[in-house]
Amino acid sequence: MPAAAVNAVVADLRDRIRRLDGRALRGRGVLPFEVPEIDARLPEGGLALAALHEVAGAATRMDDGAAATLFVAGIAARTRGKVLWCLRRPDLFAPALAQAGLPPGRVLYVEAEDEKNLLACFEEGLRHGGLGAVVAEVSRLPMAASRRLQLAAETGGTLGLALRLPHSRSGVDPYGQPSAALTRWRVSMLPSAALPVPGLGRARWRLELVRCRAGEAAEFEVEASDAEGRIAFSPRLADRSVAAGARHFRASA
Amino acid sequence: MTAASRAAEAAGVRVGMPLAKAHALVPDLSTMPAAPAADAAALERLALWVLQHYAPIVAPDPPDGLVIDTTGADHLHGGEKHMLSGLVNRLEASGIAARAAIADSWGAAHALARFHADPVFAASPGDGGAAADPLPVAGLRLEPEAAGALRLLGFSRIGALRLAPRAPLVLRFGPLLGCRLDQLEGRVAEPVDPFRDPELVTVRRAFGEPIGAAETIARYTQKLVCDLCRALESRGLGLRRADLLFYRVDNTLQAIRIGTARAERDEKRLVRLLCDRIETVDPGFGIEVMSLTASRAEPLVLRQATCLPGEMEDADLGGLVDLIANRIGGRRLYRMAPVESDVPERSVRRVPPLAPDDGATWDSRWPRPARLLARPEEITVMALLPDHPPASFTWRGRRRIVRRADGPERIFGEWWKRDAERAAVRDYFHVEDEAGERFWLFRSGDEKAVSGGLGRWFLHGIF
Repeated sequence: MPAAAVNAVVADLRDRIRRLDGRALRGRGVLPFEVPEIDARLPEGGLALAALHEVAGAATRMDDGAAATLFVAGIAARTRGKVLWCLRRPDLFAPALAQAGLPPGRVLYVEAEDEKNLLACFEEGLRHGGLGAVVAEVSRLPMAASRRLQLAAETGGTLGLALRLPHSRSGVDPYGQPSAALTRWRVSMLPSAALPVPGLGRARWRLELVRCRAGEAAEFEVEASDAEGRIAFSPRLADRSVAAGARHFRASA
Repeated sequence: MTAASRAAEAAGVRVGMPLAKAHALVPDLSTMPAAPAADAAALERLALWVLQHYAPIVAPDPPDGLVIDTTGADHLHGGEKHMLSGLVNRLEASGIAARAAIADSWGAAHALARFHADPVFAASPGDGGAAADPLPVAGLRLEPEAAGALRLLGFSRIGALRLAPRAPLVLRFGPLLGCRLDQLEGRVAEPVDPFRDPELVTVRRAFGEPIGAAETIARYTQKLVCDLCRALESRGLGLRRADLLFYRVDNTLQAIRIGTARAERDEKRLVRLLCDRIETVDPGFGIEVMSLTASRAEPLVLRQATCLPGEMEDADLGGLVDLIANRIGGRRLYRMAPVESDVPERSVRRVPPLAPDDGATWDSRWPRPARLLARPEEITVMALLPDHPPASFTWRGRRRIVRRADGPERIFGEWWKRDAERAAVRDYFHVEDEAGERFWLFRSGDEKAVSGGLGRWFLHGIF
């Protein structure tokens, strides 16, 4: 069979699977990072909008998830409409979100007293459909809960971002359990580029796409999100040991 | 004397004193004849206000008290303690010296509110009236003669009375004493007859056969909401606060209270809000009567809907806000608004979620950390030169070497707020360690110490 015919068959199968998933009906599309190297790795060229995504901090050390927070804020800033931010500890500093592109008028905060209410508010926000994105700082996300959230995101057509913050410094890997989220990200800090003058330049992150449904895992080095929430591909790759910008892995989950 | 103001009490005037004696004590005392009827009317007005703002079940407890059943209402005010202190503060602001207590039973709350040293007191749940033990027997709602006779017999505290054998006491003082003690301990139910203002829109349904299943309650809730909305529509009102009361066959009351962020008359939304809380109702042996009251209603302004693409962005979040606020409490859902202050922890304040957005934001010349520690944590630091950023610092037992840094950003204390801030200065540095992690440190002290490199160092945030 010629290659073109095979591709047509594969495309048709993909289309059918998508229709079974119910994703074709939603038509909300994707949110591209506007970084070709990253968008090329994601199915349909961006983060699916009506879906749940997980973001965690560095794996090696229980970090505070500050970089992951800014990454999530940058993604939420590029959606349209208001953002619901569900949290347990009120240590989030709103001026930093404003600097990541989320002005105070766009963010509604929910301070839940326990994990159960937090997940309930998260789900309610996703189901409502009038929000641009819903962010929730969750420490545990069992499979059943993530499945519910994913369905709620599909129903409401809202982008759901689960920010996996460790509640105790117990060293438990937040990605130890499977989940129904479409993608799982890990954000850790990298030393930034030296400036010609004393001072601090733009922060750099290592962005790991740990899991991606219908895609492969990958790793990128990027510059932290700017005032509009955009990340940029790091130009300082030439002096790293990795030749290509993105290393490939087999899908790991 | 039937009542005395705080100033009069400070001058030695006591309730129960003859008027002539009071005048002898304070020659320029201003007195007014007692007006019990006006007092009762004022108490009813106060009950109505509490009903509209705080709890669904309120009743006047004459001559000078209100009894409030907070079940099903405190979640809207951030818990029992918050609700209580908020209530007392608001009464205080309008010139009413109030004392309040919360307990498991009406009897215990009555005694605690009047005789506990703390003007705002919440007894721990399930203590069976033990918190009232050290209070005088006058807190038991007995006839004044009985209270006096008890004191003569040597019973000065409620606790002593609770320990004493019941039978001789009842023989001497009648069954009321035993009943009051049981009510205090919560062993005898004491239903509150809820105060209802005839002006409020109320719909009710009585059942021939008591109902109990959650589905049945939900069905009748829907019917009641339907009736209420029709009644409100004819008056052009929208709902801000609604109370659903359940009269159980054993003569106790259960209540659900919901609040909305703006006036609302949408049946589906209201039913959803009420049905969300049905699980908190205990039907017991069955419910005889359900009544739904619009405790607070406001004129409903209909908004023009739009389908123009440019105006679609601001979707109506009122329904979502109400849902979440009724689930976890109105205080826990908020937006942040900027405050004109250079001190970082003071630069944000919480505003209601649907407050109009004035577009104000923070000054973004200097980067701010994503996570701000609730209290800055002290760190040990090595710095090469007095006004240089540190070369290394130790935080939570881990030493980090600073590779790059930016700063200082000097922030002065707000001397117009407190005297202690007159000399307070902080120099903030934004530093990056060898792993690329970024922190927000500051050196604090008075101006001379900070400029001379002598201040103490703190870590305030993480980027």
